[in-house]
Amino acid sequence: MIRLEVKKRLHGTSGDFVLEVKLEVKEGDFLVVFGPSGSGKTTLLRMIAGLEKPDEGYIEVKGKVWFDSQKGINLPPQKRDVGFVFQDYALFPNMSVFENIAFGMKRKDKDKIMELLRMAGMEHLAHRNPTSLSGGQKQRVALLRALAREPSILLLDEPLSALDYQMAQVLREEIKNFHKNYGITTIMVSHNKEDAFKLANQVVYLLEGKVLAKGTPKEVLFSRKSSPKFSLSAILLEKTYTDVVCVLTLAIGSELVQVVVDKDTADDLSVGDTVLVSAKAFVPIVRKIHSPHLKT
Amino acid sequence: MSEFIVPLWLTLKLSFWTTLILLIIGIPLSYYLAYTKHRINALLEALISLPLVLPPTVLGFYLLLLFNKKGFLGYLWYKLFGKQLVFHFEGIVLASVIYSMPMMIHPLTAGFRSVPKNLIEASWTLGKSKLETLLRVILPNMKASILTGLVLSFAHTVGEFGVVLMVGGSIEGETKVVSIAIYDAVEKIDYSTAHMYAFILLSFSLFALLSLYILNRRWSIS
Repeated sequence: MIRLEVKKRLHGTSGDFVLEVKLEVKEGDFLVVFGPSGSGKTTLLRMIAGLEKPDEGYIEVKGKVWFDSQKGINLPPQKRDVGFVFQDYALFPNMSVFENIAFGMKRKDKDKIMELLRMAGMEHLAHRNPTSLSGGQKQRVALLRALAREPSILLLDEPLSALDYQMAQVLREEIKNFHKNYGITTIMVSHNKEDAFKLANQVVYLLEGKVLAKGTPKEVLFSRKSSPKFSLSAILLEKTYTDVVCVLTLAIGSELVQVVVDKDTADDLSVGDTVLVSAKAFVPIVRKIHSPHLKT
Repeated sequence: MSEFIVPLWLTLKLSFWTTLILLIIGIPLSYYLAYTKHRINALLEALISLPLVLPPTVLGFYLLLLFNKKGFLGYLWYKLFGKQLVFHFEGIVLASVIYSMPMMIHPLTAGFRSVPKNLIEASWTLGKSKLETLLRVILPNMKASILTGLVLSFAHTVGEFGVVLMVGGSIEGETKVVSIAIYDAVEKIDYSTAHMYAFILLSFSLFALLSLYILNRRWSIS
């Protein structure tokens, strides 16, 4: 159980704003903090890890107080027992993959490291230098390194955003499986709706430092109207059959869209397919937002 | 030991101790300069860099005042060890440490700043103390800067003349290093000795700098 209520003044690109978040995360939850860049997501994560100090508030994890501005408690990151995965991996180039994972373990356990590497299909890379790995492999090692120390909470800072689409898909599945297997309470920061949709059981939508919406992925992600788009290639994420029709959940770029199709169409598709969505919309709303032609 | 070898040995000994002491004080000092933003840092950096712009005689002169038996440091040293600082080996080691300080501090500070912040933070979140992070993450990832600091400090001390002469004089077996021995030899019109010393210093300095550049190139590629 994590309880936190923090306040911090931030200097954003579009002026100063106050990050003000109150959260409760249950044991074993997967929370995705979602929102555009510059909304304070990463700062929130860094405050939990102890890498940044809130102006006021408290952070309590599993009954232990990590930060309390009134009582003057501020545990350093070393004492907070977190697993932190950075956007750009932050693997130690002076250590092998194996040594990177062993570095943060509370009890060095060779068998456990090999077990983790086996699960990630990276056994053969144990003694390689991390600089020689691909982006996806690096992020896997970073994830294993964080997991190996069996932390109270796992904090993921945009772990998939530096990867290409395919790799991100694969790794997203792996994160999901790790969470299923280990059940470590996880907070992930992302600007990608697909992350929120696929991984989270709780989503917080953060904008300019304020929590705009909180709830299950569907409640938060579909609360606003999806914009009408047509003839777009999309990835099929989910099929839901109802009595006569089928609802498809599609990822178009970083947007999520739900569309209704007949059952025959749906039968031909399976989750993971790339599909072309064409909406036969008459009179769509067209508005000029920019014109390159100069009027003379 | 033959008379010819003594200054060479003394130069090596002086450079070795100077470099070692500089490494020991250089790491915490550079760490502080690289990772803190304090108003006093500008003054500290200016003081450390002074030997780069001052004539060695100016520095030597002030050190002579500070190191002699009536000077603050000299008095303290005399009380502690019953020995003078000026005209003694310990004195020129101390003077060299001050004189070669920028050669160690500048590369180390640049090295500390070049280590990505998130590696350090990753180490902290993995439960490692600041000291352990320094030893196992920061220093191993700035090897090139440490090597540069070591080689430059050593070579710069080998090539020192003015400060050592002012503080140490030219005492055989105590403070007469190679650079001073060359000066002495030339004064005595003993060109063959001067030639040999000069050639040794020239080859050494070239060799030191060459290996530094080769190693740094190799490390920056890998």
